[in-house]
Amino acid sequence: MEVTSTAMAGTLESSDCQVTVEPGTGIDLSIESSVINQYGKAIKKTILETLERLEVKDAKVTVVDKGALDCTLKARVEGAVFRASGYTEDAICAGKKLPWGGAIQ
Amino acid sequence: MNPNLNRLRRSMMFLNAQKPSLIKDPYIYKPDSIMLDLEDAVAENQKDAARYSLYHALKEIDYRGVERVVRINGLETAHWKEDVRVCVAGRCDSIRISKTESAADVLAVQAEMEKAEEEFGVEKGSILLMAALESTKGILNAYEICTASPLLFGVALSGGDYTKDLQTKITGTGVELAGARQSMIIAARAAGKQCFDTVFTNLDDMEGFRKEVEMIKAMGYDGKSIVNPRQIAVTHEVFTPSQKEIIFAEKVVKEVDEKKAKGIGVFTVDGKMIDIAFYPGAVRTINMAKAAGVYEGDL
Repeated sequence: MEVTSTAMAGTLESSDCQVTVEPGTGIDLSIESSVINQYGKAIKKTILETLERLEVKDAKVTVVDKGALDCTLKARVEGAVFRASGYTEDAICAGKKLPWGGAIQ
Repeated sequence: MNPNLNRLRRSMMFLNAQKPSLIKDPYIYKPDSIMLDLEDAVAENQKDAARYSLYHALKEIDYRGVERVVRINGLETAHWKEDVRVCVAGRCDSIRISKTESAADVLAVQAEMEKAEEEFGVEKGSILLMAALESTKGILNAYEICTASPLLFGVALSGGDYTKDLQTKITGTGVELAGARQSMIIAARAAGKQCFDTVFTNLDDMEGFRKEVEMIKAMGYDGKSIVNPRQIAVTHEVFTPSQKEIIFAEKVVKEVDEKKAKGIGVFTVDGKMIDIAFYPGAVRTINMAKAAGVYEGDL
């Protein structure tokens, strides 16, 4: 997917994470987390795998983690990437179908 | 037939599908069902984000046998068709149709669900439906809604929207909901479906909550929509048969079986006159006790 605009998904509430995706060159990932020492590698792995599944090759990705589970990390990365790639709620409601079980899994 | 059609549903706890802190472990409170909400709890600009959150929760969180119902956006919105797709792709247990006003509403969601089942390779009939009645029109059409589909397991009252439509408000006395509650349970029972009451939002009034649960139980309801884990224990206590009720039901079932074989139609159990008309209620009590995990007898 091609990131063509800046978009954000998620919140700074406990158990959530906020993901911002911007156009960029290559994958430029920055992670801030209160549990970075314990789970930093696992968080990074989940985010990079999600970006790979979504075929995002060029983007600046900023993640502020507040203790999110894997499933939340994936959901927020997808939320930001799809929003940044033209899959707005208006476009989805107009018939642009999301790839549940495909790129989203 | 889907084995979950008539499962135990004493408590159905609302959770905002967009809030990870709420949906990550609600099973610890042991509600019978959770209601992952894509509708009113989710802000208009977060509808898309809530679906990604819902999808991964359904696929990756083990809810340990708690039924996973998803409330989709109303048919008057542009959101509901994608809501149905994510429900089916994530393989939820049931879909709750918001603001249902007619059999056509149920059939429209069922048709969309069947399309999605085909698309995602999900077994047809494995996901059930329920309908929320939130308007005077919905209440008037309760029976046609209840009988619209064999996949529909029941109907639930949504008191907030209903009282707006009725041009009144929730008073705490229940008078404003009396007609709707009565109409719904009659329609549901006539159609052989389950019936669920609306939420009780004053969390500081646990005594009032208990009275309301006892009232709807007496009316014949199967369970209550709840908004806080604190309401689960009271709801389960009221809706679970007591040991005294279970023992009496056991005696009725055994005596009816025995007396029927001897050609006796009317007899007494614990001083009460009993005939065959008591049999279905006694069987229901035993089944409810079994489903709630409190039956230790041999029936």
